Amino acid sequence: MKVSSETLEGEYFLSGDAAAAEGAVAAGCRFFAGYPITPSSEVAERLARRLPQVGGVFIQMEDELASIAAILGASWGGKKSMTATSGPGFSLMMENYGLGMMTETPTVIVNVQRAGPSTGLPTLLGQGEFMQAQFGSHGVFEAIALAPESPQECFDFTIRAFNLAEKFRQPVVLLMDESTGHLFEKVRIPPKKDIEKVDRKKPKETPHPPFMPDEGLIPPMPIVGEGHMIHSTGLTHDEYGRPVITAEAQGKLVKRLVEKIRKHADEIMDYEEVMTEDAEVIVVAYGITARSARRAIVLAREKGIKAGLIRLKTVWPFPEKLLKKYEDRNFVVAEVNQGQALIMVERAIGKSATFVGKMGGEPHRPEEILKGIQEAYDAGS
Amino acid sequence: MPVHKAQMHPLDDYLRTERLPHVWCPGCGLGIALGAYLRALKNVGMDPQETVMVSGIGCSGRAAGYVKMDSFHTTHGRAIPFAVGLKAARPELNVTVFSGDGDLFSIGGNHILHAARRNVNITVLAVNNYVYGMTGGQLAPTTPESSITTTSPYGNIESPFNIAGLMAVAGAAYVARWTVVHERRLQKSIEKALTKRGFSIVEIMSPCPTTFGRRNGMRGLVDSMMYYRNNSVIKENPSPLDGVIKPGEKFIVGEFMDAPDEPTFEDKLEELKKSEFLKTSQADRTTWILEHRRHLETLSKIIGGGE
Repeated sequence: MKVSSETLEGEYFLSGDAAAAEGAVAAGCRFFAGYPITPSSEVAERLARRLPQVGGVFIQMEDELASIAAILGASWGGKKSMTATSGPGFSLMMENYGLGMMTETPTVIVNVQRAGPSTGLPTLLGQGEFMQAQFGSHGVFEAIALAPESPQECFDFTIRAFNLAEKFRQPVVLLMDESTGHLFEKVRIPPKKDIEKVDRKKPKETPHPPFMPDEGLIPPMPIVGEGHMIHSTGLTHDEYGRPVITAEAQGKLVKRLVEKIRKHADEIMDYEEVMTEDAEVIVVAYGITARSARRAIVLAREKGIKAGLIRLKTVWPFPEKLLKKYEDRNFVVAEVNQGQALIMVERAIGKSATFVGKMGGEPHRPEEILKGIQEAYDAGS
Repeated sequence: MPVHKAQMHPLDDYLRTERLPHVWCPGCGLGIALGAYLRALKNVGMDPQETVMVSGIGCSGRAAGYVKMDSFHTTHGRAIPFAVGLKAARPELNVTVFSGDGDLFSIGGNHILHAARRNVNITVLAVNNYVYGMTGGQLAPTTPESSITTTSPYGNIESPFNIAGLMAVAGAAYVARWTVVHERRLQKSIEKALTKRGFSIVEIMSPCPTTFGRRNGMRGLVDSMMYYRNNSVIKENPSPLDGVIKPGEKFIVGEFMDAPDEPTFEDKLEELKKSEFLKTSQADRTTWILEHRRHLETLSKIIGGGE
């Protein structure tokens, strides 16, 4: 293992946290600012070692408020930047998550979810921030959030999170969970040439207004020190970044921020379908819960119930159209909270789904989800 | 009739003139503070194209919108960590934080301590007007005792920060305080702060007749300015402990700290990147061992039946 190289091509036995850190390095992340918090600290620890080796900067900040402010600053400095945290820190970051949305600043926020509310179970599983990733910061925007189910996906999805952040010019959330973060599995790191890397679109002329959108509604991004005389503000602003405190300006800017994601939602959304074609009951799950669900649908089929799985790889934007396609089936939603994705699923299918929730602290046993599948099957037949 | 074009202001090259007039009230000291900064920038020959201004929220925070350079109007209290990230990412740029006392010392208080402790090579211009002006005149962490504000209607019962003392103890390399009445000295001090290698801060005491002065016996611009003229005492090399402000007493202005050069945070980051250790097999091994140790600990817990 040659850690001082940029991409550690090969196969390794890594935790999800370490894999996310390696994914960041492979994606071109050269700036990390974070604050220690269980169960995400291993992401920071690994990057503290790795980033200086590849010419990057690692800073342990004084808190999470500072961490997210620093990564936004570094992003305007032209670096791909990231932070990693868990529930309490994610809550503290919410204000500047919104600043990142308003000022269209690409960056990646890793949230290794633990059980809450508050300090909750610091070392144990939760999936309580499904809604927070979309609605946690005040105001209106469309989030992009990815939920890996394995260390391999922690690596792959971190790279994708950077690519989406750079392409759509906004913060992207990697919604991990404690079980995935602390799970050790084989992770294959492909050769550098096989890793797809997207860089933000640069303006063609100087100076270029920092918020002048292209045909895809996404503005090319000038960076500091190149003569653009950027002005960026969290206030409602025009294409030049000048504050304009009117309903018209708000209607124009925020509508575009929302539309730039809605317009490209199909391109962003990613999901896996397992045996859905003939399924009478479809389970919707993400993160570690999807692994229990995978087993549960096999157990159900052994019992003669045709069950399938829709695994959300991106949880935001939410794949409403996909679920609507299956609205004649019976649905089970499994997640480690008391019904967050459930709200979105029921909205999409226009009827109730069977819910298999957990308070947090441990993943679902496949049998628990199987019981839900049986209930949904009985209710439907 | 020949049309005479008005002579340009000497600072027009540094201002987004199309954004003027500014939002600040008549009698506000922010114009003097911003003018002193821009003249200082010009005098030390810093290229605006290589200079970034970061500000927080409040009246002072609006300064970033008026300067013709890369400028960021961030969220309340977070100008410093935004600037720390930017400076660490692009150490070759000159980064100035221009913000107010509430933004820097109340909601952002923790960040400024840590930026000073790290000796981040940025300059902070802290405009202290004793009050939250933008929101209508509420109590600030700098409001002198007994002062009337909208949230201390019976007089402030708290003590304000001694900003000079706080910053010196936290590790700032350069700390000065002037009022807007000391325009020339202020400008010279900002010049020193801009060229100082390390964390530098200039506290700029500035009137807010609109929300502070009129409730505290300084109704007009002249009253406010006279307060600073009559109550400030210039002292040579004052101790940072002398930065205390008490009601009815004169206060010290001057250079509270001008420490010998130490390596900055960015110097150390660069040094680390160049370190030969990073390229050794030992560095490889430490990363590898860290991963394995964790795994072994996890395994032993499982095998041991958990604790």
